[in-house]
Amino acid sequence: MTDKKKLRIATTSLAGCFGCHMSILDIDERLFPLLELVEFDRSPITDIKHCGPCDIGIVEGGICNAENVHVLREFRKNCKVLIAIGACAINGGLPAQRNHLDLSACLTEVYLTEPGLIHGHIPNDPELPLPLDKVHPLHEVVKVDYFIPGCPPSGDAIWKFLTDLISGKTPELGHGLIHYD
Amino acid sequence: MTDTFQLDGVAVPFEPGQTVMQAALAADHYIPHLCYHPEFKPHGSCKLCTVKVNGRTMASCTMPAEAGLEVESEIEELNALRRTLVQMLFAEGNHFCPSCEKSGNCMLQALGYDLEVHAAGFRHQYPDRPLDASHPDILLDFNRCILCELCVRASSEVDGKNVFALAGRGNNKHLIVNAESGQLKDTDIALSDKAMQVCPVGVILPKRVGFSQPIGERRYDASPISAQALEDAPRPPSGVEHD
Repeated sequence: MTDKKKLRIATTSLAGCFGCHMSILDIDERLFPLLELVEFDRSPITDIKHCGPCDIGIVEGGICNAENVHVLREFRKNCKVLIAIGACAINGGLPAQRNHLDLSACLTEVYLTEPGLIHGHIPNDPELPLPLDKVHPLHEVVKVDYFIPGCPPSGDAIWKFLTDLISGKTPELGHGLIHYD
Repeated sequence: MTDTFQLDGVAVPFEPGQTVMQAALAADHYIPHLCYHPEFKPHGSCKLCTVKVNGRTMASCTMPAEAGLEVESEIEELNALRRTLVQMLFAEGNHFCPSCEKSGNCMLQALGYDLEVHAAGFRHQYPDRPLDASHPDILLDFNRCILCELCVRASSEVDGKNVFALAGRGNNKHLIVNAESGQLKDTDIALSDKAMQVCPVGVILPKRVGFSQPIGERRYDASPISAQALEDAPRPPSGVEHD
């Protein structure tokens, strides 16, 4: 048992607020037993910049720009199991509230015509990833294996889901842990 | 001796004129439903209550109970279909639960929880549906409408006002306000109307009371909708026992 290979997990936040990552930390002292079973690849916890071969990829946030697409595809390519965590990854969430608006109208209002802006201009640094016309949930870009709903899901929900998955069960949340808000 | 039908292998008694849904709820058997409301004539549109009757799929809210029927409801085949229906409702509207003041008290959300719907899937339509905030006391958020017609039925059958109607067909079907301007302020709707109480989702909302119930004290925080629908169901007068 002791030399059993640890599962490798990568996590990232795309068009999200890192709230789901804060919830991952909310599993609190259970992080210690979790770390007996898993090790982290790319994640804000490790600061590794690119995802290598992993057993589980956990992605927070939706897809709002070109870089999000590249990172998500890197995760899908490297992770045996891909989990979308939180409302934004699952249905676009807050960033997707711009989806019924015209993108150029949004940028114009935010950077050019909003009262109080002097010499405003729409950011055009070549290092900035280009925004997509619409915000998309992850499953519209790659195959997603599991979804943990919530804004954010609670630490208890994440713990239940991951421990179910790691022990080989179909993850179930059940009343009290499943939340869309 | 009352007549009975079989629901998932259990005998359910019924009174003449009752539907499968009414008899099942009265006898403490939950069948998932969304557009059905115990106080209104069945509508049969949401299809969440679909059951198998002698092998054929039927809406249990409109299906008259008959002696000897063999009804299946709590089977994975039907729950998978129900899950898909809930997912399609989520994908075709703008159901952004984190910002909705009905969250925690919403039947669509609670059904999603009960059926373990973790994601809507499908391609989200993100329709453009502007709000109607014209009325001083009432807000209409069409983004969440699931076209159950409960407000239409309540306003015409109980309030006698015909404030709401459904217009358009197919994918273009939508809720409208029955006024020349199309605005709620030009109707005689009142906060005390039945139409204010029946919306299963967060379309018809009284203003200035949003988020007054803290998380943990909202309706479906306490127990799942499958438990509460039974509490809501019309009960036989006390003393009458079903075997």
